[in-house]
Amino acid sequence: MSKAHCRTVVVSNPQGLHARPADLLVRLANQFGSTILIGRGGEMVDCKSILSLLTLGAALGTELSLSAEGDDAENAIDSIEQFFLRGFDEPGAENSDSAIAG
Amino acid sequence: MVELQGIPVSPGVAIGPALVLDAAGYRIPRSLLAADEVDAESARLRDAVDRVSTRLESNRLETAAVAGEHTGDIFAAQLQMLHDPRLQAELRRRIQHEHQSAAYAVSRVLHNYAAALRRLENPLLADRAEDVLDIEKQLLLSLGAVSESPLADLNETVIILSHVLTPSETANLNREFVRGFCTETGGPGGHTAIVAKGLELPAVVGIGSFLDRVGDNTKVIVDGDRGRVILDPDPETLASYKKRLKERRSLTAKLSELRDLPAETIDGTPMRLSANIEFPHETTTCIERGADGIGLYRTEFLYLSSTEEPSEEDHYQAYSQVVREMDGRPVVIRTLDLGADKMGSRPLAENEHNPFLGLRSIRLSLRNLDLFRPQLRAILRAAVHGDIRVMFPLITTLAELRQARMLLNVVAEDLEESGTPHRSNIPVGMMVEVPAAVVMLDRFVEEVDFLSIGTNDLAQYTLAVDRSNEYVADLYQSSDPAVLRLIARCVEVARDHNRPLSICGEMSSNPARALLLLGMGVRHLSVPPSSLLRVKKAVRSVSIQQCEQIAERVMQLEAARDVDLYLLDRLGEYVPELIVN
Repeated sequence: MSKAHCRTVVVSNPQGLHARPADLLVRLANQFGSTILIGRGGEMVDCKSILSLLTLGAALGTELSLSAEGDDAENAIDSIEQFFLRGFDEPGAENSDSAIAG
Repeated sequence: MVELQGIPVSPGVAIGPALVLDAAGYRIPRSLLAADEVDAESARLRDAVDRVSTRLESNRLETAAVAGEHTGDIFAAQLQMLHDPRLQAELRRRIQHEHQSAAYAVSRVLHNYAAALRRLENPLLADRAEDVLDIEKQLLLSLGAVSESPLADLNETVIILSHVLTPSETANLNREFVRGFCTETGGPGGHTAIVAKGLELPAVVGIGSFLDRVGDNTKVIVDGDRGRVILDPDPETLASYKKRLKERRSLTAKLSELRDLPAETIDGTPMRLSANIEFPHETTTCIERGADGIGLYRTEFLYLSSTEEPSEEDHYQAYSQVVREMDGRPVVIRTLDLGADKMGSRPLAENEHNPFLGLRSIRLSLRNLDLFRPQLRAILRAAVHGDIRVMFPLITTLAELRQARMLLNVVAEDLEESGTPHRSNIPVGMMVEVPAAVVMLDRFVEEVDFLSIGTNDLAQYTLAVDRSNEYVADLYQSSDPAVLRLIARCVEVARDHNRPLSICGEMSSNPARALLLLGMGVRHLSVPPSSLLRVKKAVRSVSIQQCEQIAERVMQLEAARDVDLYLLDRLGEYVPELIVN
């Protein structure tokens, strides 16, 4: 029996959620069977759709709500939150603090 | 009727139906499927997606191998977009439930995504719209819904209306059907403008946004003389333009009778009249119109028309063709005159905040010998076929000139040693287009065989105006008295040192300005092939005294506008046939 997990994440790399991190985010989301939605305000989109992610237009500092529903929902939410905290693993941004400062 | 004002970049009038190229350049008609075709159409889409997917994957691997994993990831993101579950679901839905053709569905859905990305006020993401449209293009190509270029299969005359037209697109326009073009962007000094002039296609650029107001087959008049574009003209306007078109044609016919007559004044002062070209095939027009030679062969298109840098052999083939076809007449080849901003494959452009003052032209060549050597080798090799001369652009210091000459000598020695057929005793000249070179010309002139004034750049550098910047483009006038004084100084130095001097900028292609230059003592002009006969007509209609009087008067004037008005007046008096309304 699955239940929905929700959390808020913040975009922490200077260039925002652009094509490369969106690609990585989709790949990460695809590792989980759960349905994962992400978005802001009332607008929630499929976290496994790169085009939907890009059209969110999430820039540095944008707060996004994240929800997952399914057997591995909790794992999925944790992994994705970590990915946001790491500044999307952008080169030259070992952690989000230095990315913002630089 | 709607009248639009833009920048006239290539003279003439064209009338015809519009062919509108939207940003992506494709227009897929809405077409619906019969119920029993739906499954086959879905399968066709799946195959197309597979093919595009394979291509993107190999693009990714190739790019990653050359430019690094990170750059290759651009294609990884495109692959992810192609396989996007929402995208695929929407495409399936449109085919299965709305019975849309795969091509139509692809075009609609991807355009919607691109539009959504463009609406985001984030330039980085707005640029991703280009990726989405690239996927659209590849899918449509794979589905066979479009051919490589929407311009490739024209079968009736059209006027091209587009947001932007690149130089190579312009060069590839089918002249049998394309009568003229107008674009929303662009400026007077751009390469597209130069190509349009070379092709003698009436063109107006820099109109600003207007494409949303016009559809295919709207009647369009392009007035390349005044920079006007008229959509859906009223009968009166149309009639008056048709009359003008007719007058122009009869003028052209009359001018063509001048072809074998010499360019000399009524009282017998001879003028050499050569042509400026970009492409080898233009020699045909030059010969048809009786050019005395090629006064400026711009070699940039060898670099711009292909994504790869031209090889020595590419240069050699082009130069050999030109010199053979000119059959004994002199051909002046100008070495590479591009800025780092135009050399995409050279990783130099990043710090070029001010390309016109940056690493360009001879400066770029001298810093990139692997680029410069093949060109020089090809020039010397092609010289065995005829009268080839070489000219270095943008020379600013004596050291640059000496370096370039030295390299030419080194290259000649290499050719000699390897026993490659070549001829090294060719005349070497320089472009005079930087005020510093004018100031020091008495020194330069001792080290070159000939001089050629490039009035476009000379005006730009003298007047401190970027001629491609629309905010200040009106300040850019090659008839500005300051520019004229520099030209007068060059004429004087060349005469004192008995060195041939020619003028090859846009300035000499204007018949009225040509008379002024003649009066200033210039005896060699090089003009676009389209201007050869008009300039010849002007020269043959005046005496040298009349020209000298023109020059004397003009040198007392204070503003470019006064100069041009006065010159137009004189042209009307001496050569009224050339004044076309």
